[in-house]
Amino acid sequence: MSAVHVAGVSKIFNQGTPKQVDALVDVNLTVEPGEFVSLIGPSGCGKSTLLRLIANLLEPTTGEVTVNGKTAAQSRLDQDYGMAFQQAGLFDWRSVAKNIELPLELKGWDTEKRAARAKEMLELVKLPEFADLMPWQLSGGMQQRIAIARALAAHPPLLLMDEPFGALDEMTREYMQGELLRICAETKTTVVFVTHSIPEAVYLSNRVVVMSPRPGRITEVINVNLGENRSEDTRAADNFFAGITAVREALRGTHADHANAGAIRGVEDR
Amino acid sequence: MSIALVAVLWELYKIVGPEKGGKLFGIAILPRSNDTAMPHIWEMLSRYAEPEMRSPNSKLIWFVVLKGAFYSFRLAFVGFVIGSTIGVALAALMTRFKTIERGLLPYLVISQTVPLIALAPLVVSWGGKLEIFGFTWPRWLSASVLGAFLAFFPIAVGTLRGLKSAPAASLELMDSYAASWKQTLFKLRFPAAIPYMVPAFKLGASGAVIGVVVAEISTGLKGGIGRLIIEYARQATGDPAKVFTAVFGAAGLGLAMAGLVALADVLLMRNRPKETTT
Repeated sequence: MSAVHVAGVSKIFNQGTPKQVDALVDVNLTVEPGEFVSLIGPSGCGKSTLLRLIANLLEPTTGEVTVNGKTAAQSRLDQDYGMAFQQAGLFDWRSVAKNIELPLELKGWDTEKRAARAKEMLELVKLPEFADLMPWQLSGGMQQRIAIARALAAHPPLLLMDEPFGALDEMTREYMQGELLRICAETKTTVVFVTHSIPEAVYLSNRVVVMSPRPGRITEVINVNLGENRSEDTRAADNFFAGITAVREALRGTHADHANAGAIRGVEDR
Repeated sequence: MSIALVAVLWELYKIVGPEKGGKLFGIAILPRSNDTAMPHIWEMLSRYAEPEMRSPNSKLIWFVVLKGAFYSFRLAFVGFVIGSTIGVALAALMTRFKTIERGLLPYLVISQTVPLIALAPLVVSWGGKLEIFGFTWPRWLSASVLGAFLAFFPIAVGTLRGLKSAPAASLELMDSYAASWKQTLFKLRFPAAIPYMVPAFKLGASGAVIGVVVAEISTGLKGGIGRLIIEYARQATGDPAKVFTAVFGAAGLGLAMAGLVALADVLLMRNRPKETTT
């Protein structure tokens, strides 16, 4: 059973009005359990829309989305996935531990069980001593690690991330990528990851899904396999650069119909 | 500090300002500065330590004013509680249903343009006829209702803005947890609304005081500070400082109510980042 199965999905906003936007057209994608899949493409290619369709925060206009063999709606109700956004989005009025407990609280867990799980998650993201601090007392990278801890608190098999490291500086970002790989390996979580950054997609993923805009669609799926034990050395390895080149060329292709193929708007080439 | 400044300005004007009041083309533009219209600050203050009436067993005026203020405070507090309950409930309802917001909000605005003085006798006469399950409507409750009438509006509007201030990403997060509307309301929307609700409740608190004082004056309810203001104002020619003692009492009353809200503010916001505290 695949972790995510997207079949013939289209999403049209404001259908039948002058403001109609074909956000996604005929998208097919399958993600296997334990896989790390990145969605990359210029602004308006529908990568965030696709993520929200998988999360059932949006309904597809046509086609079908299944998560863990269930309908997307059912898997949202069952909290089969956790989600992290570009903004950590921690609640200012809750301590770090209470923020992590939020999804458990909503599920109706009792206090003791919640506290134990929050402690476990804080160990996982290596911030055990910060439980009682308030979110605004933490740095951006720490906040994002807490957000990941919150997303994984209920031990969901699937993690959906929408540019989670987009607001972090380069150093923190690379550190967070390493941490994310470690956490996912430890928890055996499947990840669908939306990003603007080519190196980030290549470093993290088993597969990079390249998308193009107007109308949003998948143009290419690139297999990257940098092996299980990625480290800082991986970033200097030949197959890392080969992957980057492959993704970059695929992205150029998405702009073949534009006059200036060099300027890929919305994609950071770093 | 600012109080001292006002006091200095007051006394300064008494020195500089014309005794008979300023006139320009036969129209009075400046108030008279004689001791009847503008008694000295120290006269007002010393008046607190003097008896209310000339009769030998009359109480000192500070005691009378304080008692009146406390009576009105209780009425205003009841009004404030009624008003904030209604205001918050309306705000939650308007957040939940867009149609209610669009239908109700204009009427709320219109309701605040009705002069309170016109409304006061009406509420008293309605209240006087009410008797529900042996509970007879006391006269003072009409004053509280008028206080609530002034209090609920800023509270409803402020709370509505606050409830809507929750960031879209946080709402999406709650959606991804399949949280119910009620869970989202209490775990996200209300906590996010508090920085907006505190100033609204401060306005509501002073509104409740104004409503109660005006209701006391216009319905002739005895025992409160509003009644004292009216009584003392009638004696202003002979005893000009007296009315000011009651006016300051009313101002102090408003401050006490606002102080209660400020206290709640400190308690609720103690864990928030400093930028959002106002």
